Amino acid sequence: MFHYTIRRLLLAIPTLLFISLILFLLLDLAPGDPTAQLPLTIPPEVKEKIRLSLGLGEPIYIRYLLWLQQFFVNEPLHLLAEITNIDLSGGAQRVISWQTRSPVVDIVVQRMPQTLWVVGLSYVIGVLIALPIGIISAYRQYSWFDQIGTFVSMVGFSVPTFFTGVLLIVIFSVQLGWFPSIYDTTHRVEDWPSFLFQVKQLAMPVAVLALFNAAQISRFMRASMLDNLNQDYVRTARAKGLAERVVLLVHVLRNSMIPVVTVIALGVPTVFGGAIITEQVFKVNGLGQLLITAIQANDIPMVQTLTFMFAVLIVLFNLAADILYGILDPRIRYD
Amino acid sequence: MTDLAASGAERPPRSQWGDVWDQFKTHRGALAGTIFFAFVLLAVVLGPVIWPIDAQYIDIRARNSGPSLEHPLGTDQLGRDTLARVFAGGRASIAVGMTAMLLSLVLGTLIGVVAGFFRRIDGPLMRLTDLFLALPLLPLLLVIILLFRDALRTAFGPETGIFILVVFVIGITSWMQTARIVRGDVLALREREFVLAAKSVGTPPRRLISRHILPNVLSPIMVSATLGIANAIITESALSFLGLGFPSDFPTWGRLLFDATDYLQQYPERVLWPGLAISLTVLSVNYMGDGLRDALDPRIRGR
Repeated sequence: MFHYTIRRLLLAIPTLLFISLILFLLLDLAPGDPTAQLPLTIPPEVKEKIRLSLGLGEPIYIRYLLWLQQFFVNEPLHLLAEITNIDLSGGAQRVISWQTRSPVVDIVVQRMPQTLWVVGLSYVIGVLIALPIGIISAYRQYSWFDQIGTFVSMVGFSVPTFFTGVLLIVIFSVQLGWFPSIYDTTHRVEDWPSFLFQVKQLAMPVAVLALFNAAQISRFMRASMLDNLNQDYVRTARAKGLAERVVLLVHVLRNSMIPVVTVIALGVPTVFGGAIITEQVFKVNGLGQLLITAIQANDIPMVQTLTFMFAVLIVLFNLAADILYGILDPRIRYD
Repeated sequence: MTDLAASGAERPPRSQWGDVWDQFKTHRGALAGTIFFAFVLLAVVLGPVIWPIDAQYIDIRARNSGPSLEHPLGTDQLGRDTLARVFAGGRASIAVGMTAMLLSLVLGTLIGVVAGFFRRIDGPLMRLTDLFLALPLLPLLLVIILLFRDALRTAFGPETGIFILVVFVIGITSWMQTARIVRGDVLALREREFVLAAKSVGTPPRRLISRHILPNVLSPIMVSATLGIANAIITESALSFLGLGFPSDFPTWGRLLFDATDYLQQYPERVLWPGLAISLTVLSVNYMGDGLRDALDPRIRGR
């Protein structure tokens, strides 16, 4: 197991480096000049100085290596200094946003909680809804519950989140006035009414994303349960006289969870990506909104860092899924 | 024994596609999906004939009007007819969906077949596929569109430029699943006796692929084609919804939905039509894919 994990970890490093190179080249070789939006009254020599101050004077490979150093060495050292007060970075240059002239990672840290609340909660709720639905659908295959479950999950992943979100706003904010349509991130939870308000403003974005996640995971759960329900060991367990509940929830569920757990792990980064749209619908100023505004403002360091962080998430959760699979299913470790 | 032979002789010979169709028909959702999708296709193609109002025609005096005989779905803030715009938007969305699906299918099949058939480049190609799967797709799509939008606009004109760009980026970011499935099937096929037989009579690899391999991997390709349309339509609408797709005077379903969200308070019904159109089309295509997968799987067929 140890070797398996190490091998996977080592494979992740070149992947990440390569992705960072692709992102860097893509952003750098694209037509368009970051200083093109500046007013025409700025004289060309000043413009040239602005370009130099943005670090654009160096050749491309130097800028790439500099970015690598800033992201992989200076930022972790700075984080260490923040946490433990041991300053090893010596005030080394961090990745600076062109929009705000402040470190990119600091802005990301500010935006993180909103996204984590909305995305995290919706994923947890989605999984909690999906598992029982998948189990019951598989156990009572072709029953009315299964038919409705299939239909709802089909609708769940066919209807895009930007339509369900808008639809919920029309119904619950415009018509009924139950929930606010804009997410207020400055809201602090101090007492019971403010907690209720927080629940209210979380309700719609979380519901939209949870429906979408639950739709996919419940399909996987159902398929995986169906695969296992017809196996010989299930018949053996029943023949031994085990209670149906034990057969289903101990024997079948445990084995069915193996692929589902990896699907759940693999789904986390895509949910972050999908949350970009939901954040836009409900005006949550999280990571997705940060990315969109950075893209529109041509803030290349911010875009580069954010997309790379999304890539890191994907690679990390792929790794987690692989390792989890290895832990849960000993057969695949020695392939 | 004789009974079996006799009953076999009475039946007309069945073709493979006949069997597939028979199985497909039993899936009610798939049948309904196919009929609905055909209806949508007809509607967006024949839309301008049935409903001759120009989607771009601005009738400022009739702006923001509700449903009437003249404008069955009402008009928008510039007095443009919503029904005509939904038809025009559908034409753009489905054209993007189909072309992007074709591109990703061609890419995916090519890479899958080449990787499965030629051992030497299997490793590099599959690493490439894994790499693409590890890319953050939606952020990347947004970045690419933003960076190359202006260059392509000046080269091909505002609408064609964006069309090429959107189709291209959706195509090159969605071929990976097809490639993986096709490669797996090709790997299994190339060990089969009929491929060996064809090889031993001296069939060149090119003809081996076109004659023996491709027809046998057709079913997974068809299933990923349907799912690819659904994915491409959703992605295009999402891009338009984020304001990074087509320009606002060129209606697509996502763009119409995006424009309608500005008037959510006053005219909430306006988001309904484009939203419903996207959702129902994608739902019908997904049902079609579901039925096709069942029908093309010989283990399920005949049950």
